[in-house]
Amino acid sequence: MDSAAVEPSLYTVKAVFILDNDGNRLLSKYYDPELYPSMKEQKNFETNIFNKTHKADNEISFLEGMTIVYKSSIDLFFYVVGSAQENELMLMAVLNCLFESLSQMLRKNVEKRTLLDNMDGVFLVVDEIIDGGVILESDPQQVIEKVNYRCVSEQAYGFVLFDYITGNTEDQGEKRQLL
Amino acid sequence: MIKKFDKKDEESGSGSNPFQHLEKSAVLQEARLFNETPINPRKCLHILTKIIYLLNQGEHFGTTEATEAFFAMTRLFQSNDQTLRRMCYLTIKEMANISEDVIIVTSSLTKDMTGKEDVYRGPAIRALCRITDTTMLQAIERYMKQAIVDKVPSVSSSALVSSLHMVKMSFDVVKRWVNEAQEAASSDNIMVQYHALGLLYHLRKNDRLAVTKMLNKFTKSGLKSPFAYCMMIRIASKLLEETEAGHDSPMFDFIESCLRNKHEMVVYEAASAIVHMPNCTARELAPAVSVLQLFCSSPKAALRYAAVRTLNKVAMKHPSAVTACNLDLENLITDSNRSIATLAITTLLKTGSESSVDRLMKQISSFVSEISDEFKVVVVQAISALCQKYPRKHSVMMSFLSNMLRDDGGFEYKRAIVDCIISIIEENPESKETGLAHLCEFIEDCEHTVLATKILHMLGKEGPRTPTPSKYIRFIFNRVVLESEAVRAAAVSALAKFGAQNDDLLPSVLVLMQRCMMDSDDEVRDRATFYMNVLQQKQKALNAAYIFNGLSVSVPGLEKSLHQYTLEPSEKPFDMKTVPLATAPITEQKTEIAPVATSKLPERLAPSRQDIYQEQLAAIPEFQGLGPLFKSSEPVQLTEAETEYVVRCIKHTFTNHMIFQFDCTNTLNDQLLQRVQVQMEPSESYEVLHNVPAPNLPYSQPNSCYSLVRLPEDDPTAVSCTFSCTMKYLVRDCDPNTGDPEDDGYDDEYVLEDLEVTVADHIQKVLKPNFGAAWDEIGDELEKEETFALATVRTLDEAVNNIISFLGMQPCERSDKVPENKNSHVLFLAGVFRGGHDVLVRARLALADGVTMQVTVRSTDENVVDVILASVG
Repeated sequence: MDSAAVEPSLYTVKAVFILDNDGNRLLSKYYDPELYPSMKEQKNFETNIFNKTHKADNEISFLEGMTIVYKSSIDLFFYVVGSAQENELMLMAVLNCLFESLSQMLRKNVEKRTLLDNMDGVFLVVDEIIDGGVILESDPQQVIEKVNYRCVSEQAYGFVLFDYITGNTEDQGEKRQLL
Repeated sequence: MIKKFDKKDEESGSGSNPFQHLEKSAVLQEARLFNETPINPRKCLHILTKIIYLLNQGEHFGTTEATEAFFAMTRLFQSNDQTLRRMCYLTIKEMANISEDVIIVTSSLTKDMTGKEDVYRGPAIRALCRITDTTMLQAIERYMKQAIVDKVPSVSSSALVSSLHMVKMSFDVVKRWVNEAQEAASSDNIMVQYHALGLLYHLRKNDRLAVTKMLNKFTKSGLKSPFAYCMMIRIASKLLEETEAGHDSPMFDFIESCLRNKHEMVVYEAASAIVHMPNCTARELAPAVSVLQLFCSSPKAALRYAAVRTLNKVAMKHPSAVTACNLDLENLITDSNRSIATLAITTLLKTGSESSVDRLMKQISSFVSEISDEFKVVVVQAISALCQKYPRKHSVMMSFLSNMLRDDGGFEYKRAIVDCIISIIEENPESKETGLAHLCEFIEDCEHTVLATKILHMLGKEGPRTPTPSKYIRFIFNRVVLESEAVRAAAVSALAKFGAQNDDLLPSVLVLMQRCMMDSDDEVRDRATFYMNVLQQKQKALNAAYIFNGLSVSVPGLEKSLHQYTLEPSEKPFDMKTVPLATAPITEQKTEIAPVATSKLPERLAPSRQDIYQEQLAAIPEFQGLGPLFKSSEPVQLTEAETEYVVRCIKHTFTNHMIFQFDCTNTLNDQLLQRVQVQMEPSESYEVLHNVPAPNLPYSQPNSCYSLVRLPEDDPTAVSCTFSCTMKYLVRDCDPNTGDPEDDGYDDEYVLEDLEVTVADHIQKVLKPNFGAAWDEIGDELEKEETFALATVRTLDEAVNNIISFLGMQPCERSDKVPENKNSHVLFLAGVFRGGHDVLVRARLALADGVTMQVTVRSTDENVVDVILASVG
């Protein structure tokens, strides 16, 4: 926040992460190798941010020298981190795009369970929005089209029946074990 | 619906995270499934997800197991399941650094990136570039060029962004794609525009002219992407800063026009750019401030935050420009986002009048407990600035700060408060007693050793000089009973200062000291014993030397000298004068009042600048046996800026010699200089003994040459001298591109500006915390006094600054600050003269037509007194 001019660069996003309501990491990506290089530092940072933000839904904060925009939904917390000099509205655009895309993909069930059931889709969405810290896409509609992912959440009964009929019980057993 | 959820939870049993108890080995075991035919996309997809999830959780994969899984994964390219393929790309990117031979997938990826399926092409490019190095990049160059100009936006964007990542690694290859990027920039897709602009800028950023041209072109053609506009604003403001162009340039007009853009993001970026420009006039700021004012009432928290943060920035330099927004800022005080509220209040504190301070302070104290430590520090800094502006308000501030001290908070926060209170005490003598009382209360229950010792030191310094010193004794002695070793030791030192200064307290202090001599810690006992013995002597000079004014030598220097002494046993006792002096503490600059990131710099004792020079010089054989380095001056420029050669000189003073270090830089890329030395012609009886040339001086690599000069011994008062300097060297022309020099060269010389040696070069600054005691310690045997009239000086401030910079001595007791509306002032200066003689100067100044100055000098050496008086006159 001190140094006057911002070096013109496309590298806008320093980190993005999704935490659950206990502050556990579900997904996180750090794009600046100099920012918290070790896993321990990253998790410390996440815990610290979580402790300071989970109580009030304030949308934006300034912690550990970083501008942080965030949003919560049921039992999930979404964070986008940028440098102190970064345009807050750009970070906001990324956060909104991430949230909207996931919301569409998960058919508005933006909660931990559905998210984890569709984790592959979530990884792909993040990959389409940010590439190495550069904003790749900011329109949720575009992101959804590019990812072209079919949500598998509300399947439970239908799939059980389907698997039963096709005799694919082994797969179901494995799935139950996992859940 | 609810029932179903319940059932699910029952099924899951332990927690609701299906990935929670994943075992790496089990997952890798499952990965063998990849080798089965036919491929089961659903199962494989699930396994890949697990692998990526594990990597994301920070699970460590060994090279062998990672490579094994990676190779198994490559088989999945046979499946045509879209999501599975996409997850393969992700796995490749995640594993690029941990698996070996990732380039095995190059051909599969190249196939996908040029294939018919548009969904695959973009991600395939990004995955491919992740595993490609410079040599392989040449092989796929053709495809990359095609991809950049592809009509499918996702392909073009992917190619552009990947190229941008590659710029760091293989600039020369990517540079060849400029034309393609140029073409992409005129795409209709907003993201492609943005990425193309970014890549073009990164490729051209060292060529200012090309950047200017590019910017002109894009500002005219009108891009659609708001991101691209933000980028252009940043480029434009950087150009403005570099070229120092006036604010009538088209760049500035462009930025200003962006204030009317329809995207808030762009408007904010433009306003922020204008605010951050150096030397912006109030008139130029006005439009930016008014858009920020509008943002203050936005329903979006991020926008309000951005606006008020930027206004806070403006308020630091142009408080008057922000006053128009005061009403909007007032509304933000109650904002539910406390960061916004804090920024609003601190901004108001800067812009508001003295009368509004009380009200704002009351408001901020209502929620100060809810905000994060980072912002609490911001508040404290704002208060500290306010105290300087309105000294009369110190009582309000003080009570507010003491309340903050009582609250919970981290170390950084407490330290900011303590620093702020200490600075108030130092600025305002009236606030001293209340301030000390608050600090006393704080150390009663303080968990931070550093702060406790700092406050004890402060008490020892200021306490004895208050009207009732006795009341602090209890607080200090409580520390001796209750705290850790470091704090106990600091408390003992503070006690000793009370005993030394106040005769009526001395007996009680001695009794307390006696108790401290029973302490379980060595350091505490040693200090107590030492002070006990000094105090019992009841001699002012001893007190001054050993209690008030501690060691003035540099600690690393002392350590080194003592080590040296133990290595070479000799009959002579160790001489303190051979130890280099501590370079006087540079008075702490007032911290900028901004929500600064509280940086977590590792605090360690860095060797001082002088210690570094000492080592560098000791490494040169010609300079052996000169004794310890006494003082190094600030660098003096001997050339104008932007000449062919840039030379600056640092003067190193030793007991009987001086070394001149010439730092030379060659700014001509077609020349190599060799055997560079500076010829010095002294005006007085100084004798040049040695020249140590710099063997080589290639383009833009600074190097140093040295000259050793003996100071005149027969005339100790000859302290000033002028040297005319000429740089002599051998020039070898060379090819600017390769840097290879030609075989033969020619001698040449270059005249430098004259170099002055003044009395300040012979004196090292030393801070005497208690000047009066030091003054008495030296005594008046060698005192001399003289009166001068400074006819050219108009104000006391100017006179004080002149004397300090001329003599190069340390002002003590804050006497460098002249109180307002006074026509007389006393300045106390302390220093050590070359050779280790203490010297103190008291200058009484009186303002009449000019300034009349009565200078009294005391020193342990008569010559020094003469030197000082002679040089002043």
